[in-house]
Amino acid sequence: METLHFIMGNLPMIGERTIEHLSIVSVAVGVAILTGVPIGIAITRNQSAADTVLYLGSIVMTIPSIALFGVLIPLLSKIGHGIGYLPAVIAAMLYAQLPIVRNTYTAIRNIDPALRSAAMGMGMSTLQRLWRVEIPLAMPVIIAGVRISVVVNIGVTAIAAYIGAGGLGTFISRGISQTDVRQLLTGALALALLAIVADTALLWLQRRLAPKGPAVRP
Amino acid sequence: MIRLDALTKVYHTSHGDVASVSNVTLEVPEGATCVLLGPSGCGKTTTLRMINRLVTPTSGRITIAGRDTGSVDAVALRRTIGYVIQQIGLFPNMTVAQNIGVVPRLLGWDAARTRKRAEELLAMLALDPGEFLDRYPSELSGGQAQRVGVARALAADPPVLLMDEPFGAVDPVNREVIQDEFLRMQKALRKTVLFVSHDIDEAVKMADCIAIFRAGKLEQFAPPDELLGRPANDFVRGFVGSDRTLKRLRRIAVSEVMGAPNGAGAGPTVSTTDDLRRVATLFLEHGVDALPCVDESGRIVGTVTRAAVATRLGAR
Amino acid sequence: MLRTLSISMVPQRSLVPYVVLGAIALSIVWGLVASGMWNDMLRYRKDVVYLTKQHLVLVGVSGSLAIVSGVALGIWLSRPWMRRYAEATIQVVNMGTAIPTLGKLALIMTVLGIGALSAIVGLWIATLLPIIRNTYVGIRAVPHHLVDAAQGMGMSPTTILRRVELPNAMFVIFAGVRTAMAINVGTAPIAFLIGGGGLGELIFTGIDLQEFGMMLAGAIPTALLAVAVDFVFGQAQYWLVPRGVNPLRAS
Repeated sequence: METLHFIMGNLPMIGERTIEHLSIVSVAVGVAILTGVPIGIAITRNQSAADTVLYLGSIVMTIPSIALFGVLIPLLSKIGHGIGYLPAVIAAMLYAQLPIVRNTYTAIRNIDPALRSAAMGMGMSTLQRLWRVEIPLAMPVIIAGVRISVVVNIGVTAIAAYIGAGGLGTFISRGISQTDVRQLLTGALALALLAIVADTALLWLQRRLAPKGPAVRP
Repeated sequence: MIRLDALTKVYHTSHGDVASVSNVTLEVPEGATCVLLGPSGCGKTTTLRMINRLVTPTSGRITIAGRDTGSVDAVALRRTIGYVIQQIGLFPNMTVAQNIGVVPRLLGWDAARTRKRAEELLAMLALDPGEFLDRYPSELSGGQAQRVGVARALAADPPVLLMDEPFGAVDPVNREVIQDEFLRMQKALRKTVLFVSHDIDEAVKMADCIAIFRAGKLEQFAPPDELLGRPANDFVRGFVGSDRTLKRLRRIAVSEVMGAPNGAGAGPTVSTTDDLRRVATLFLEHGVDALPCVDESGRIVGTVTRAAVATRLGAR
Repeated sequence: MLRTLSISMVPQRSLVPYVVLGAIALSIVWGLVASGMWNDMLRYRKDVVYLTKQHLVLVGVSGSLAIVSGVALGIWLSRPWMRRYAEATIQVVNMGTAIPTLGKLALIMTVLGIGALSAIVGLWIATLLPIIRNTYVGIRAVPHHLVDAAQGMGMSPTTILRRVELPNAMFVIFAGVRTAMAINVGTAPIAFLIGGGGLGELIFTGIDLQEFGMMLAGAIPTALLAVAVDFVFGQAQYWLVPRGVNPLRAS
């Protein structure tokens, strides 16, 4: 149909938007992993800190993304970056944090204590133990958290089109304002495809990394 | 009371037809405890589950008190049969009282009657109703949960009780205690019980009659003493173990072999209700061949001799 | 399994999270007042009230539709005769939940055009999928020996569903409903774009006009509403799921 023609004729633009979209998501998730995993590990030491971080994080997750944009824009406009890339990335980073922190925390907490004692008994330092034993064991659950973050972020970035951040959401916003079904469908299909591919790929990775044996207490 | 006639169950698998139960015929008298015994995969559980129609027989007949179970609606049938499983299966979303009350409620009993019945049953099983009625299964120990499971099966006072390795989930120490409790309870209630087990010792202890299975076929159906004394074939002989004579001793009471008092007075005594295992132990420990037997009041009423024991064991 | 209740086992609900939250909230309010934003926001008081009502209707209608149909479909998929098709269907449902809600709304729009109907149907579908999945997973996770015991005792299949399977799946189902409602409230502002009304109007118009007061007047009530709805469902999960199957209330 017409939409197919539209897609065929606009492949470069679709490609560009996809890259815009992916760059926001990957920067946000990348930073979230670098900050989230250490935070997740750190809060296993202190129940109060854990309660606070997880509680606040879950509240952030509840806030609709457009509402978060509505709050970030006035804030960031003070430094001249009210719209566009920066608020989108910051919001995406905030949404990517909780799943990663929570999953890291849960996975590390649920590691069979016997394994920890064995590692300590062998003379590993804390850092070595984390790096060589605990994180590898927690990996599948952490990847599950990354997966959630990526999927959520693809959605957040789609909405960020409305604050000038670009990405695949622009097809939808133009499709609505110009009443152009072709752009609507293109945007919707591209987003759906991107999300499904990312979700499936990360699920495959998560399953690949699952330990063969009861290392993490169910 | 319960009669199985040429009962057969065939499963159609990708490797061909498998006869899980083959032509089983037996009859369990009213008030008796019959243990279905055998190694895993022998068809004993399938046989049990055909009685309450959780498995549909391929051919054969099951009658309970003369009525063909195939002619009755399965759901209605099951409400008249108590069912206890190995994992106990108390519903976590219901309190102890609600669990016990399931079948009575299904049968239309009112709330007051149901609660009273639950109290009765808990008391009978040595669980304080005040403490346990409103607890949830997650708040019970393994042994307590197991007892509530039995109470639940008895709630509507069914004449028949089906038990599938009911004591399997309890640790060995508590298992002995629970088995003893069950035997005491059975003495009072006299239910017709079909009990699946893979443990020969449990079977010998609990059963009035044992049905021993192999690969779907009934190899022998006899009281424990006969099964141990005269195993029907090599399989049974192997299954009951080479210490079968010693096992028999547990089930024979002194009163069965006691002779007239003959003055073998000194040394330890045995009561008329003791089993021969105790007698044999004392024979060996004290190097004697005869022991005086006393009744509850301590009066000597007879003598048990090694010869009498041997005769009894050899006679069957 | 034995647990005797002792003081050390009663969960110590630390107050720190609430204190921190309160502090953050206060600083936000202070910031708003100090920068004069608060006054800007107050100009839209009437709109906020009107649009919040619209927003709640949107959430209420699509949410209740989704809960009823989601649980029903989840139960249906879990039935033994559906076994063959269930796994494949759940895969499709899973993929559907991954698709961004804006995308889902856009797809609905291509079929139903602009308007409140599109908005409600779009929200309904977005909210539906997690509920179907959790209902299905929750029921299938009920240990088989419980269903076996129930059957052996003479419960009919409907009774088993009602008294054994659903109560034991309740906690997971509630978790799914809670997640789904969060998605619902989160998506409702976007429903404005396809003609659904609601607080999104203030946010999007504010962005177009670069009017911060308008943006905040829409964004903050939306955020508060989302948190409130989540709180309500969280409480519902805590109180309505019976103690025996509620890990949050286990004693």
